Amino acid sequence: MRAFTQHQGIVAPMDRSNVDTDMIIPKQFLKSIKRSGFGPNLFDELRYLDEGQPDQDCSQRPLNPEFVLNQPRYKNASVLLARSNFGCGSSREHAPWALDDFGFRAIIAPSFADIFYNNCFKNGLLPIVLSEEIVDKLFQEAEQAEGYQLDVDLESKTVTTPAGESYSFEVDDFRRHCLLNGLDDIGVTLEAADSIKDYEAKRRQSAPWLFNAGH
Amino acid sequence: MAGKTLYDKLWDDHLVKQRDDGSALIYIDRQLLHEVTSPQAFEGLRLAGRKPWRLDANLATPDHNVPTTDRDKGIDGIVDPVSRTQVETLDRNCDEFGILEFKIKDHRQGIVHVIGPEQGATLPGMTIVCGDSHTSTHGAFGTLAHGIGTSEVEHVLATQCLVQKKMKNMLVRVNGKLGPGVTGKDVVLAIIGKIGTAGGTGYAIEFGGDVIRDLSMEGRMTICNMAIEAGARVGMVAVDDTTIDYVKGRPFSPKGDQWQAAVAYWRTLHSDVDAVFDKVVELDGADIKPQVTWGTSPEMVTGVDGNVPDPVAEADPIKREGIVRALKYMGLEANMPITAIQLDRVFIGSCTNSRIEDLREAAAVVKGRKVAASLKQAMVVPGSGLVKAQAEQEGLDKIFVEAGLEWRDPGCSMCLAMNADKLGQGEHCASTSNRNFEGRQGFGGRTHLVSPAMAAAAAIAGHFIDVRELTH
Repeated sequence: MRAFTQHQGIVAPMDRSNVDTDMIIPKQFLKSIKRSGFGPNLFDELRYLDEGQPDQDCSQRPLNPEFVLNQPRYKNASVLLARSNFGCGSSREHAPWALDDFGFRAIIAPSFADIFYNNCFKNGLLPIVLSEEIVDKLFQEAEQAEGYQLDVDLESKTVTTPAGESYSFEVDDFRRHCLLNGLDDIGVTLEAADSIKDYEAKRRQSAPWLFNAGH
Repeated sequence: MAGKTLYDKLWDDHLVKQRDDGSALIYIDRQLLHEVTSPQAFEGLRLAGRKPWRLDANLATPDHNVPTTDRDKGIDGIVDPVSRTQVETLDRNCDEFGILEFKIKDHRQGIVHVIGPEQGATLPGMTIVCGDSHTSTHGAFGTLAHGIGTSEVEHVLATQCLVQKKMKNMLVRVNGKLGPGVTGKDVVLAIIGKIGTAGGTGYAIEFGGDVIRDLSMEGRMTICNMAIEAGARVGMVAVDDTTIDYVKGRPFSPKGDQWQAAVAYWRTLHSDVDAVFDKVVELDGADIKPQVTWGTSPEMVTGVDGNVPDPVAEADPIKREGIVRALKYMGLEANMPITAIQLDRVFIGSCTNSRIEDLREAAAVVKGRKVAASLKQAMVVPGSGLVKAQAEQEGLDKIFVEAGLEWRDPGCSMCLAMNADKLGQGEHCASTSNRNFEGRQGFGGRTHLVSPAMAAAAAIAGHFIDVRELTH
């Protein structure tokens, strides 16, 4: 996994709460058996005026001029500023894959849905929870100043504005450790293989019906 | 010391290792696999040269992409080549790694969350995961069950464990009795309406109270299924006689001495009387009316006798903007009665409501009646091949067909429209599924979530109608 230590990038403000993962990447693109290539279809139904199909050349499709990511100033955005309950709904990991493929490295919101939040960490994408008040302020600043950038530092767990204001955020130690070091967490778990085997041996005794092979 | 909640007990019984940083390794007893969220996980195993940790903990079936007609053709019946590749990929992966799969032509194939319980592959006290958010369904059996992403599907395949942090405990207690015509679906929609789509974020919800105790396993599954629509990955119901009676005699269920030992353990799977919850929410069953969603989030819901809300009355500017946007997408006017919403299609199916009891409830409403001429389509999609067979044995298929509904083959179908079953732009659908998000059932489609009985009543009337006017 790609490590995340520090990132500075242009902020795209998406002013809408309860953005669900169907909206982030609609179902027809979930038919892919790959992990990459979802970027052109990120927010497909908001971004384009027509109905998207898998494996289509999106450069020829009619764009929705009102959608934030279609505004030239946000073309190279890599920090998404969002509202509460971002990523609710389906567990599809295609959502963080699409955000990542588009070029986002961090998402800032007052709250995230649990499964989406967890999926981000598996893909080197950093979800950051800041208070409603701070997020409101960042929305104002990002909308006012073209080229507005934020500096995200996972080491110090801070987000810093161009004016030098710094906001702290919380993140679990284990997730932070894996992300900072780009660790494969399957590898980390397999270091505890003996503990897993011990657990299984005990469980086989106490609940043997859980180990019946099929039927 | 305070007693333990059901969630505390399930957590403790699956704790492999507690780490100093607050994270824990939790053992997973069962993983269900389907074609959409597993291909990249198998590919990851292959690239890393890893093998599945424990083959017999896995059960696979294709469900999202399968067509609901022409199933005798098997995979060749899938017209869309991209969908076909995905189903073929699941077959190939299961064959290569040696994982039990109910393939497309197997009579046991169906929606993962229907076939797990049906087979007894879902047993009380288990931890169950699947790359699908509606895995919370299985919590109805007193299991710790939740949806995961594809990276975690791979993690469980490779290690039989997940790295987890303990959630908080919430109790949703539904007291009293439900009125006639009110079902588990109405209960869970009312709960989501009360606590909101993020109300359960960070919590494992236990559903309790007399209303839950009186429900069948099908009703409990419907409620746990939609825990995720309240933001909670986990929904649970304590084990009782209803649970144990349902599990008994199923193909994967324990037999003989093991059955006795299992039942003795399962009887402990309830929250202790002195258990402490971080949050308690109470509802009175008698207050719950048949529910209908009017917007683009499951929390945008009201009783069938209600009206579409007026955004002007909403004080919170972000919520107000959300209502304005939803009404525009849904093509609805503020303050119009719910019963004035005209429908184009009706869908009865999905992992929320495609079990035998759901089909019986819908059939009871349409029996001897005809689908409104104004509808373009009304379809019934059973949750599995076995549900389909049982319904046909009971003659339900004939009731549906005589009333003018289509009787289809099992799969996820129009719940998320990954197969050929979908809404056209601007069409309104009374749907027994779980999500009314924009575009969920088809580009520009407008979904209204309801119970099977309410969907059936809507099919007859051509618009929403209180099912109790037809049946009581």
